[in-house]
Amino acid sequence: MPAAQTAGTSPASWDEIIARTFKANAVKLTTYVPDKVLTPLIKRLHADDYFTCFPTTREEEAVGIVSGAWMAGMLGAVLMQTSGFATLPNTLASLAVPYQIPLIMVVSERGTLGEFNSGQAMVCRTMRPVLDSLAMEHHTISRHDELEFIVDRSIKQAVATQAAVALILSPLLTGGKVFKA
Amino acid sequence: MSKDVKGAGRASNAKIMNRADLTKRLVGKLHKDEAVVGGIGNTNFDLWAAGQRPQNFYMLGSMGLAFPIALGVAIAQPKRHVFALEGDGSLLMQLGCLSTIAAVAPPNLTMVVMDNGVYQITGGQPTPAAGRTDFVAAAQALGLSNSHWAADEEDFERLVGAALTAGKPTLIAARIDAQPAVATTHRDPVQIRERFMRGLGAR
Repeated sequence: MPAAQTAGTSPASWDEIIARTFKANAVKLTTYVPDKVLTPLIKRLHADDYFTCFPTTREEEAVGIVSGAWMAGMLGAVLMQTSGFATLPNTLASLAVPYQIPLIMVVSERGTLGEFNSGQAMVCRTMRPVLDSLAMEHHTISRHDELEFIVDRSIKQAVATQAAVALILSPLLTGGKVFKA
Repeated sequence: MSKDVKGAGRASNAKIMNRADLTKRLVGKLHKDEAVVGGIGNTNFDLWAAGQRPQNFYMLGSMGLAFPIALGVAIAQPKRHVFALEGDGSLLMQLGCLSTIAAVAPPNLTMVVMDNGVYQITGGQPTPAAGRTDFVAAAQALGLSNSHWAADEEDFERLVGAALTAGKPTLIAARIDAQPAVATTHRDPVQIRERFMRGLGAR
């Protein structure tokens, strides 16, 4: 479940940690196709003037925008859900990989740990094989205490090595989307 | 305003021009290191042929992403004007990006649509839009009010000049013939990207 929101002593929420780590690494541009689980992060990025944050009509478009921005000197990240990632292989293989672009992807993981939509469950299984076939770095983040380390180091590595990274947010971290019968 | 906007829905009122010629005319109007993003295939081949400026980016795959890539450049460098060249077939792949661009409304972005109604590079098969879709009317309906058909070469140059000071995103559509590109871009993505970044002062 997400971190407790009690005022005062509560630890930072996962979305707060990601936003803070983006800022620490100059990730200013955030583009996204919405996801229910990512809502607190999207709201937080919109509310903070540091970030340029807006939705796109497709994930491919979001990748194109942050790729162009990085080539012009501004680092960005794309937020999406699992089914959105499944629309990306051509863009990853023909833009991010050959042009060596440090594409930072944050993927909310659907299709596992209590999924109720069989379409999501099926498409989820394509994600890691696609990432592996492109030799693309990816981490599944399930623990709150590892979140900042993984996000921070992954952004730094992506920039230093000019290679894409996918940060997959497990329902164990975010609480996921709960089935209501 | 372009003379023939009132003929929207009748794209055929515009003169049929040549992509390589228009691309040369566009590049000829650039004197402030403006960025130019060429889409997949012929749009970037003819951009390459028009002179290999360091501020040019040539896309090798990712069909439909010339406008989104250019939007990213425009956001990152608000003081530099950015042009993007896209084919009609490519734009159909990512038509939604026009809504995104209308929402972000970068004042320094100009989109050029080279419309010949065919997938020229794959053998000239007509697109589903050929003879039906008015890209200027579509762009206006998606929120890009400053969208125009270029009536002829002179009008195209005038629209390019006006776009530089429009203060809002501009879309220029041009009807073009089915002539193939006049050269082929040297396909070395790392070199293309690195040269572009140096051309933009990002390295």
